[in-house]
This record gives sequence, structure tokens and C-alpha cells, in this order.
Amino acid sequence: MPHVFPFSAILGQDEMKLALLIAAIDPGVGGVLVFGDRGTGKSTAVRALAQLLPPMRVVAGCPFHCDPDSEHGRCDECRESPRARSRRMPVPVVDLPLGATEDRVVGALDLERALGEGVKAFEPGLLARANRGFLYVDEVNLLEDHLVDLLLDVAASGENVVEREGLSVRHPARFVLIGSGNPEEGELRPQLLDRFGLAVEVTTPQDLAVRVEVVRQRDTFDRDPAAFATRWKRRDGRLRRRIVAARDRLDAVQVDEDVRERIARLCMALGTDGLRGELVMVRAARAVAAFEGDAAVKDAHLYQVALPALRHRLRRNPLDESGSTTRVERALAEVFGE
Amino acid sequence: MTPGEEHTPDPWSDAVLAAALFALDPVGTGGVRLRAPAGPVRERWLDLLREALPPDSPWRRVPLNAPPDRLLGGLDLAATLQAGRPVAERGILRDADGGVVILGMAERIEPSVAALVACVLDSGELALERDGLSRRDPTRFGVVALDEGMVDDERPPAALLDRLAFHVELGGIGPRDTAGVQPSPAAIDSARRRLASVTVSDEILETLCSAAQVLGIGSLRAPLQALHAARASAALAARPGVDAEDAALAARLVLAPRATQIPSESSEEEAPRPDPAQGSDRDSERGDGDAESAEERVLAAVKAALSNGLLEEIRPADRGRAGSARTRGSGARRTSVRRGAPRGARAGDPRSGARLDVVETLRAAAPWQRLRRAPARSAGGGARRLAVRREDFRVVRFADRTETTAIFIVDASGSTALQRLAEAKGAIELLLSDCYVRRDRVALVAFRGRNAEVLLEPTRSLARARRHLAGLPGGGGTPLAAGLDAGLALADGVLRRGGTPLLVLLTDGRANVARDGTGGRERAAQDALASAREVRARGLGTLLVDTAPRPQASARRLAETMGGLYRALPHADAATLREAVRGAVEPNSAALDAV
Repeated sequence: MPHVFPFSAILGQDEMKLALLIAAIDPGVGGVLVFGDRGTGKSTAVRALAQLLPPMRVVAGCPFHCDPDSEHGRCDECRESPRARSRRMPVPVVDLPLGATEDRVVGALDLERALGEGVKAFEPGLLARANRGFLYVDEVNLLEDHLVDLLLDVAASGENVVEREGLSVRHPARFVLIGSGNPEEGELRPQLLDRFGLAVEVTTPQDLAVRVEVVRQRDTFDRDPAAFATRWKRRDGRLRRRIVAARDRLDAVQVDEDVRERIARLCMALGTDGLRGELVMVRAARAVAAFEGDAAVKDAHLYQVALPALRHRLRRNPLDESGSTTRVERALAEVFGE
Repeated sequence: MTPGEEHTPDPWSDAVLAAALFALDPVGTGGVRLRAPAGPVRERWLDLLREALPPDSPWRRVPLNAPPDRLLGGLDLAATLQAGRPVAERGILRDADGGVVILGMAERIEPSVAALVACVLDSGELALERDGLSRRDPTRFGVVALDEGMVDDERPPAALLDRLAFHVELGGIGPRDTAGVQPSPAAIDSARRRLASVTVSDEILETLCSAAQVLGIGSLRAPLQALHAARASAALAARPGVDAEDAALAARLVLAPRATQIPSESSEEEAPRPDPAQGSDRDSERGDGDAESAEERVLAAVKAALSNGLLEEIRPADRGRAGSARTRGSGARRTSVRRGAPRGARAGDPRSGARLDVVETLRAAAPWQRLRRAPARSAGGGARRLAVRREDFRVVRFADRTETTAIFIVDASGSTALQRLAEAKGAIELLLSDCYVRRDRVALVAFRGRNAEVLLEPTRSLARARRHLAGLPGGGGTPLAAGLDAGLALADGVLRRGGTPLLVLLTDGRANVARDGTGGRERAAQDALASAREVRARGLGTLLVDTAPRPQASARRLAETMGGLYRALPHADAATLREAVRGAVEPNSAALDAV
């Protein structure tokens, strides 16, 4: 396994890092979309996240790595005959490479066993591997449309239903969808955009000192990845402990009525469609509060999550020059300004 | 400014140098974009590169748009049938591990194929998830993208270009100019072994980063690649550390071709400089004569390279910085005649010309193997062979959707009163958002005064479309023929790329400037009708929106000559106009959605 650039060594790009951490603390926030310039460390950050997450407990031998501690969302087999043994495994961060075929994504007839033994068996695909973890699609805007539709469908229902080659299988597929891409290559369909919980825009740093430091670090890493990873191990470990602590605290974080009301007012001021914006914002703010060790959601948390939670939900006039980021900022100032 | 000490570099020796540096460190520098027509000069360069690489390193040519299963690997059908179990076949990229991949006709490569290559370059491993196979193999290589683009519009996808350190132009070089010295393979080989120990000072690092910034290069990959190139250069010169000369060379080869703005005097001043104390460093570092700092040398080198005929490549900051000038190419490539996206498989006979979907066929046959084997065995046939029957054949289904490109030809002349122009703009904007949802492309032509201007080549970037539209001034004569001709030229380009053009002409039809730019209502109208007949001959979908306050006979006649729809808009607001345009667009694009 090649060494991965450590998460805590990534300079700047705070909004992107925060969005990924929120998704790691509360997967229910519903996916992260990272859109922006080339060479800004989009893929680096997502791959680094995989290294950062603490291992999870799974039912031993279950291809969908069901949770032994929870009845919820188990596969049929684990539900019918609960197996006692469990093991630890790293949280899966599954790469969906461009050019992946549908059969590998949803799973299909196990060719080896079919040809060799004449047995009709299901071979789980990438969706099964990503269960309880992350599914990462780089260049999500270049993915073929029928695959995108399929991903959205499964991500929304949390279940993968396979009906092909005489197989009829359904299994849990709850994952955080992380997409990254460059809008210059083609814009994302609005339907897809809305399904992501958080949307982050990344730009190249304009400050020379930061740029120098980024290049220096990357170069150091390229020359000796192992030594570099060792040097950042402790900081990654500290961050990991904070994530674990935040997960434990998450349910206890208070969201007061007046905070909810302000969120609602913000969404009304922006005219976002539906309630998804409000829901995501509450969840994301709660995750940030838990991460920072606060007992209740405060305005400061809302400020941090408003942009990623709302900027892609504005009723889009794709031609509006003034960008959704500015619109959200303006509304923030209006609602919280007084 | 520095004195003219930096001589204008000879393009061929620069190209040779780039080959040597790339061969030294193919993985670190990523690759070379080789912009040159096929011919002896390009072959010579490739031969040189090949000599410079280690003798046994792989050298794999990838044909244009090789299917993903050739690139990545997949199921080896013959071996699978033989063995009775899935056997993986290595793809071209995996084979190229430790060597060089040559991408042929890279300017026509699909962005999705470029993204595949880019992904392997980034991660250093090849992730295979197809045909029932799932594996990852470490795979590292450098890329040579053969770019045969004739016009600036034709260029490899930006995702690929961003990952290739060197951009080499062989355009103006004749076969006779290719003499000269090049580093011997042995020298390169020993330099390769020195590479890991070459040191880089902070000053050099800062210089390269600030040079990239001053040149308006956003991507951070560029200074990183320049750093790798500088290190390779130092290794080649057997220097223990990178010095100003190496940095200048790296800037010339790596940074200059990507510049999106010229380092003006003022920006040079603004660029944060290392503190004055650096003066003493400089003296201690290199005592031989020139009292320039590394930064000055690097900028001087870049400027010398820029003045050397590269200036026309430089875009005004707003087009280049966002990389939008580059986008045009990748957007256009997408529509190149394609078979469409595979949409699964269906039972069918491959002999009818359809493509056999091997894996699906095997899947269909697999469950029956035991049943089919039984009679075969009793009849004394071989037991291990896979029994595939005709009813198992599956062929690939393609969804072949050609893209619609709506070409708006807007009359911005004085006779179209300013208010009507505003309405036309409003209607186009509304229509643009429809295009956005349908993922159509749009192009914009405006005509006024003496001639027509293409404001926007076909694009999907609607923000740009809007920007151009908002900035459209009005007033002047009505060179209708010129407008139609410009629209027609765009339509031809769209047709060549396999798309479907649609002309939307907004005018009052009162032409008063002829094709050659001279005034005169009579000739102007004749010319306009002649152009309209051209439109009809192409059989293009056309809509004419009459923007005059009262319907004009001339506009109606023009629409009839074009064989298109006519809509008069006596008191139309933007929304009605939009309905009319949509009516013309919709049936057209719906027909294209054939599966």
C-alpha cells in the first residue's frame, strides 16, 4: 500500500477539511461535493481522510461489514442468523474509478464460481465494499450518467437492489458519497448537486508563502513518503481522537429553539428549495459543535457551516454572476447582523 | 530589467533538453506535451527520448481513445474460455509501469480517457474494477502526449496538460535544424543516480513559486514540476544543489509555456521578494560574475522565452486564469463523433454489426454450464470447454445522443432599438438556463457596424455566455449577411464534430451593410438572402425572431429563404420570446434522444 499524504499536513483549504471532518463525525449529513481548481489537493484530502478515521467493528465474515452492535441496517444474513464473532477493520474509503463498469459497482454474478462450479452466487460490488464508509468519485462530473443515477438512487435509499442474471439480491449500502471535480470540465446536473449534503469550493491559494510551503511539503513527501508520514503521525492521531470524542458527544449537543429559528430564517431569506438545507445545516452545526467540544450549537458554528450547507441549494440561476457564495454571505449578514 | 544576457533559446536544443530532463525523472515531471505535426522532426525527438531512457524501460503507444479495457486491462477472453475461469489481461497502462506512455493524437482524446490516465499518474497505482475483476497494482510512468492540434482550439484536455511538466513545440523546426549536441545516454544515466541527493535551497523554491504566481499560473502542480525539472537539470550538470541556472531553465521549459499573463514591471515589483539579507547569500552561493538574484534570472529567462514567439499564446488574464481558454478544447472534444455511452447489454446477434459484450455473454452462459456439460460429456466431448450458445450472445447498447448547440445570432445594430436588444438579451438568458438543464451548448454571434463577431465559441459554460451577452453593445449598421455567415461557420464546426447546430437569429431583417462591409440597402439585402440560401442548403434547424416593432416583410422572407420558423414579436416580453424559441428547440432536441 503506497503511503498517503497525511491529513493534518494539508495546508489551508479549511472549508474542505471541515466539510470532510463533519462527514466523518456525522455520516448522516449526506455527502460532500468538492469542486474547484486543478492542483488544489482535492483528491489528496479525501484519500488522507481514509487514513485518519478510526477502525470500526464489523461482523466477521460479512461481505457488507454489518455493525455487530446495532440491529439497524444489517444485511439479511446477519439479521437471520446473528454471528457472534466480530473484528475490527479500517473504515472503507472506496474509490470509484472512472471507467468502472456497472457490474463492478452494484455487484454481479460471481463469474469464477459460475464457470468453475456452475453455482449461481452473488459477488458483491463497490457499493457493498463502501457500506458504512465512504464512496469517493473523482471527476464526478465526468462519470457516465447512468452510473450517477444509480449512485444517487442507492445513496438515497441506503440499500442496493440487484436484479440481474437471475440474481435477486438486496443488501445495505449506506455510505457517504464524496465527489470531486473541476467545473471547467462540465457542470454537474442540478439533480445531482442537490443530493450532496455539503458543497465546498476550493481555489488555489494566492498567498506566496502558503504556495511555497505547499510545494515544499509535497516535494518532501514525494522524496520520502514513509518518513513524512511518520513525522505527522502524532498530529493525525490527535485529530483522530478528536473525531472519536466528537462522535460520542454528538447526540448530547443541544440545538436551541432560537438557533433553529435562525436557521429557518436564513433558509427563507435565501429561498432554498425544500427542507434539506435546514436539516443539513442543523446536523452539520451540531457536528462542528461536538468537534469543538461545545455543549450547544452557537452562532459561530452556524457561520462555519452555512456556506457549505446552502450554497448549492439556492434556486439556481446558473447565469447569476454574483455567485451563490456571495448570496449566502449576504443573507448571513442580514439574519445574524442585528 | 536584466541586460540581454539571456540569449533567445534555440527551440530545438530546448526540446532536446526537455527530453533529457524528462528521461531523467519521468515520474516526477509527469510528462511532455509534444505539440508537433507527425513527421521526421517529431520522430527524431522521440528517438532521442527513447535513447535517453534506460534501455529496458517500457515504451507503450496508446492509440486514440483506446477503450478502457485496453487501457486498464480486463478479462482475457481466449484465456478465460480455455481455463474455464476468469483470466485477467493486463492493460497498456499497467504494461508501461516504469516507462513511458505515448498518447497519440492527444488533442482529440476524450476527457474521460484523460482522466483515467491522470488518476493513475496521481495515485501511482492502477485500480481496476471491471469485468468482475478487482485489483490494484502499483503503476508509475511518464506520459508523452502527441498533440497534433492545428489551431489553438485543439488541445489535449486540461486535466492531462496540468500533469505534464514540459510543453514542447516543434512546429517551426525543420529536419535540418535538428543537428546539435545532446546529453549522452550514459551521462543521463549517471545523472539519474545522482537525482535523489540533489538539494534545493529555500530561495530557489520561493523563486519558482513566485515566478509561477507572477505568470498567472494557478495550479500548484506547475511550480512542483518546475522544481523536479530544476533538480533534474542540476543532476545533469553534476551539481550538488539546484542553482539559479537550473531554476531559470526549469522556468523557461515548464512555467513559460503555461503563462497566462506577462510579468509586467509593476507585478515584478509587487512580487514579494526575499529579504535584502539575501544579497549576502547570493554572493556566497555563486561567485562567478553575475550579480543577479535567482529570481531576476528566472524572470529574465521566462521573458526571453515569452518574447520568442510565445506571446500569442498568452491570454488576457480573465480568459487564461480561470483556464477557460483551455476549456473550449475539452468541451468541444466531448462532442466528437462518438458512439454514445454504453447503456448495458441486450440479447442479440453480434453478426449484425453490433458489438459483442463479452462479459455479459459469459454471464448469460455461466449458469447453464453444468446442464450443458452433461450431454456433451456423455457424447464424449471435452469437458473443460465453455459451452456458449447463440441465445447467450449479448450485444452492447449505446445511447447515442448528439448534442445540440444553439447558435444565437444577435442583431445589435442601431435599427434594433436598444430596448429590443435588452429584450433579446433577456430571452437568450432565459433560454440559456434551459440549455443548462438539458446540457446543451450555446454559441453567440453578434453583428453591428461593419461586421459580425463571434462573441462565444460553443460552450457549456453559461456564466461566460452571460458575461459576453451583458457586455454586448448596440448601435451601427446592420451587416446581416456577415452575421449569418459567421453563424454558419460555427454551425459547420458543430456539424464536423458530430453535433446538431440550431440557428436562432434575432433581427428586424433590415440589412443595410453588404458582405464586403459597404453600405447600401439593396446589395445588403441580396447578400443576406444569399447567405440564407446557404443555411437552407445545410438543412439546419432555424428560427428567426423578428425584433422590429411591427412585423417586417423582409424578415419573413429571410426566414422563408432559410427554411426556418418565423416569429414576430410585436409586443413580446422576454417570457413570450422564450416560449417561441423553446418551441423551435424542443422538438428538435427530443428527436435526438434516440436510444
